[in-house]
Order: sequence, then structure tokens, then C-alpha cells
Amino acid sequence: MDTPVIKKKIGLKERYAAMTRGLAWDTTYQLMDKVFPYDKYEGIKIHDWDKWEDPFRLTMDAYWKYQGEKEKKLYAVIEAFAQNNGQLGVTDARYLSALKIFLTGVSPLEYYAYRGFAHVGRQFTGAGARVACQMQSIDELRHNQTQTHALSHYNKYFNGMHSPKHMYDRVWYLSVPKSFFEDAYTGGPFEFLTAVSFSFEYVLTNLLFVPFMSGAAHNGDLSTVTFGFSAQSDESRHMTLGIECIKFMLEQDPDNVPIVQRWIDKWFWRGYRLLSIVAMMQDYMLPKRVMSWRESWEMYVEKNGESLFRDLARYGIRKPKGWTQACEGKDHISHQTFAVFYNYAAAAAFHTWVPEEKEMAWLSEKYPETFDSLYKPRWDYWREQAAKGNRFYQKTLPMLCQTCQIPMIFTEPGDATKIAYRETEHKGDKYHFCSDHCKDIFENEPEKYVQAWLPPQQIYQGNCFKEGVDPSAEGFDPLLAVLDYYNLKVGRDNFDFEGSEDQKNFATWCGDSVEGVKK
Amino acid sequence: MSVVSLKLYDFPAKDLRENFPAPLLFIGWDEHLMFGAPIALPLPSDTPFGALGSAVLPGIYGYHPDFNKIDWNTVAWTKSGQPWKPDLGKSLAENGLKHKDVIRFRTPGLNGLNSSCN
Repeated sequence: MDTPVIKKKIGLKERYAAMTRGLAWDTTYQLMDKVFPYDKYEGIKIHDWDKWEDPFRLTMDAYWKYQGEKEKKLYAVIEAFAQNNGQLGVTDARYLSALKIFLTGVSPLEYYAYRGFAHVGRQFTGAGARVACQMQSIDELRHNQTQTHALSHYNKYFNGMHSPKHMYDRVWYLSVPKSFFEDAYTGGPFEFLTAVSFSFEYVLTNLLFVPFMSGAAHNGDLSTVTFGFSAQSDESRHMTLGIECIKFMLEQDPDNVPIVQRWIDKWFWRGYRLLSIVAMMQDYMLPKRVMSWRESWEMYVEKNGESLFRDLARYGIRKPKGWTQACEGKDHISHQTFAVFYNYAAAAAFHTWVPEEKEMAWLSEKYPETFDSLYKPRWDYWREQAAKGNRFYQKTLPMLCQTCQIPMIFTEPGDATKIAYRETEHKGDKYHFCSDHCKDIFENEPEKYVQAWLPPQQIYQGNCFKEGVDPSAEGFDPLLAVLDYYNLKVGRDNFDFEGSEDQKNFATWCGDSVEGVKK
Repeated sequence: MSVVSLKLYDFPAKDLRENFPAPLLFIGWDEHLMFGAPIALPLPSDTPFGALGSAVLPGIYGYHPDFNKIDWNTVAWTKSGQPWKPDLGKSLAENGLKHKDVIRFRTPGLNGLNSSCN
């Protein structure tokens, strides 16, 4: 006869402990330090991992259940979107350019985040931190997949969405997000969490998700809205991990404070620079505007940031060094970024355009101190020239910042008529930067950034042509060869929106002439 | 400061002079922000400096209505942000330009579309 099993009901807290920390053990055949080599070398001192407050209190079994339910809803919507020709419901085919940037520049970051969290989810000595990172790792993989699935429907109808992974590793402007994440996940586990969980997810991510998802809703893109919502509950868990990790490090040892402060300085600035592209999407690329970049910066960063850093002041943490300059940038960076993409539209896998009259009026209204005086003159000239068939295309490669890898488009603090140039020397070579903060980041770890894969430099070194291409052959066109290496279809994916296949097709599908859609 | 690492951290720099066919030169035109960013060009060191204005820059900046009005004898140059007087008749190397130097020029009286620095 079997012994009767007495099923003991255990509370949520015990159950959580049993399913996470209860499954961990200290190794005895090998020293713990040899099994977990990465969580001490950064200099962060942890005395008691048991003080780690588990931010999620979520166990794997519950996790699968929640995520499974979300997936079912999401895929039902994606399916319905496809069945009902949802692509025809967007405001304007210009909107697709924003999605193309999202698919090639943001979705691959989700995949990198998955890899990064899988790595640190193995490397922390504390089981609580390991479990939190493992779950986030799976979240990030899911986000990459759902975004790819949701956006793949558009790929059937619009150009430039056919090779996101291939492009991510090669195309010049995509080296900005790529190098950001490679910088983060080649740091140690504590720096990685400060970079991604705290500085990016906690301080800055609302700028990406909230306005962008409302932007999608405003522009009739239900598919994107749905994956946004499906990711939102994950995002709030990720933000909790970010703040928990920072507080844990700061509480464990006062020696951790200066290290964490330097990481916050670095990663706030790197994240801010990365978001320039979101600023431009928001102010220029959504046919129906939600709010301006400046407004969302004020709402999500200035307001929330003030109280966050007031709260962290008791640990001896101050606002990031670049804070004031980043706040000044709210009036400028969207304009500077879209303008440089207008310059280089021949080499981009999405379209740019001159804003319409009513869009310029909106920009004047939202940026009363800067748009009319500093940025409108170039649009007026470009429009006038484009009307004469003389659309401007810059064909010479730009100079980039060694750290953020963005072309040197940003201006001096306090004087937006002058490009900011900074430089330093390392081992007899010159290195150039867009700002004091990018220069500081370099000077703290020069050995890391001298390895930067800067696209213009790589092109000039001959590393951006397909195998077998002979640059010495007669009639060799380097620009075309580079675009071929990018897998960019010349005449379809690039150039101005005006006259593009996307524009013509969308007008035809909507039963309208191009002029009719434009009105 | 330097990288904190578990093991020896020593990797080659990507943009050393020998990796390029010619030294890289960065050029910016001040107060003409219609060109979003300064540009990068590998230029043979024996290129005469004067060829910048006559042969190199027209294809890059010629779109701007100010460009054709430039009097190259009055242009104010800077190198690494410091005032600098190149000899137009000498080569880039003879003017002391090295790999990854940044030079900028200001064109007095010509400061963008309707003087807007665009």
C-alpha cells in the first residue's frame, strides 16, 4: 500500500522561495569564485546576496501561464489584422518609414537584450538576481519574435523591410543601436544591469514605448499597438529590476557608489544619444502627431527624473553629468537628426521627405524658440530645390563620433549654430567626439572604443563590399557596391518618399491618385 | 582610466593609418548646417591644399548657393578648433596634416541661407 502523501498548502512567499532560491546551491567540488568568475571583477562589493529583494515574485510556472495567454491574444489580433488588410488602414505610407526604423533598429536590440540577460542570468552569484534576469531574457526573446511577426505583414506590401538582421549588422546608421548594445553586454553583469535595466529601461524607455505606441494607435497601426501592449506588463517588471539592482548595489557597500555613478553618467548619455532617432520619428515621421519630442521629454524624463534622483540622493548619487545638456537638446535633436537623414537618403533603407506645410506649422508651434530661426530655412530651401527637380543628396560620407557613432550633427551647448567638435589622442592617434560626455566615456575606457566599427571608416578601408567585388575594376561605383552589401534595393528602398514605389502603391491600393492622397 | 577586465585586454585599434589607402581628413564648413555633419575623406598626402577648394569640395558643398561666392583667399581655416593658416600652394602633408585631422573653414560674409547658418 502506498504511503498517503499529505499535500501541504504553502503560501505564495514560500512557494516563490522554494521555486527560485530553494533550487540554488553553493558548489563544493569547485570554488564558487571559479564557477561565478564575473560578478566580482567590476569592483562592486556584495556582502549579502540575501538582501536582494526579488522584484518580480514570479515563478516559472506562473510566468509560462501569463505569457501564454498574452501570446494567444496577440496572435489573434495579428491574424485578424492580416485577414482584414490592415496595412490599408494606416494614415499614410510615410508612416511605414518609422516602422522600418523600428524593425531594423529596435527589434534587433530586443534580441541582444535576450542574449545579455541570458549571460548575466548565469553569472550572478545571487540566485534571486539570476532568476530575475533569466525571466527577462525570455521576455526579450519574445519581444523580438512578436515584433518580427507583427511587422512581417507589412513586409509583403512595402519596401525596405526584407533584411532587418542583415542590415542591422552592416548599414551605417544601424551601427548606432548595435554599438550601444555591444558596449553594454561586453561590460560586466553589474554594468549591464545599470546600462540596460536602470538607465535605459527605468529612466528612458517610456520615451520609446509610450509615445511610439500611441503614435501607432493614432496612425491606424493596430498591429504595432498590440505588440506594444503585450510587452507593456513585461516592461514594468523590467523597470522594477532596474531600480532594485541600483538600490541593492548602493546599499551593499559605500565603495560601490562612485562606480555606479560613473555608469549612470555613461549610460544615461549613451541612451539619450540613441533616442535621437526616436525624437525624429516622433516629430517628423508620424503623419498624425501625438505629442512633440520636447513634450514627452518633459513629461517622461524631466518630471520623473527629478523625483528619481531626489530619491537616490540619500545614497550619494547625483543626476547624470549630461542631464542639463540633454534637457537643452529637447529643442534640437529631432530636427538635427531628421535633417541628416534627409542629407543621406540615398544610402538609407527608408524614405525621408520635406515636411508638408501644415507639419511645418506644427513644428513652429511646438518649437517656438528654435524651429523658425534655426531649422525651417533649410527645409524651405530644400523644398524649393526639390520642386525644381534638384532634390539634395549628400554623397560624401559623414564624420562620426567615436563613441555614439552618430554623425557629428549635434551643436554646442548654448549655441545651436555651431557643430560641437571634441577630440583626444590615444597612442598617437586622434579620436573625435560629438560632446564632452562622449569624450569622457572614451577616455574612461579608450581600449574599448578604439575598436569601434565606424561605417565610413570601414567603407574607406574596403570592408563593406560583397565577397568577390573588385574595387579596381573599370566603372566600379563604391556607393552602389556598399548598398549591395547592405542588401538595399536601390530605387525601391532608398531616396525620397516623393515618387517612391511605397507612395505609388499605397495610393493605388487606396483607390486614389498620389496627388489625392497628398492633398 | 582604462578598461577593468578579468584578463589582459589588448586589441588593435580599427582605424590606424595603415588600414586606409590614404590618410583620412575630416572637413566641416562652419555656419552651413544644411549639411548635417562634417565629412570624412581619404586624401593622398601629396594633394595640393588648394585643390580642396577647386576640386574636392565643389562636389560636396556645391549645392549651397553660398559655395560659388567663396573667395578662397579670405577663407578662415581652423585645425582642431585653433586658427590656422594653410599654404594653398603646398600639399596636405607639407601643411602638417596627418591622419584623422579635422579642419574647418569659415567663409566671412557667407553664413548660410539668409544668414541663418543653414
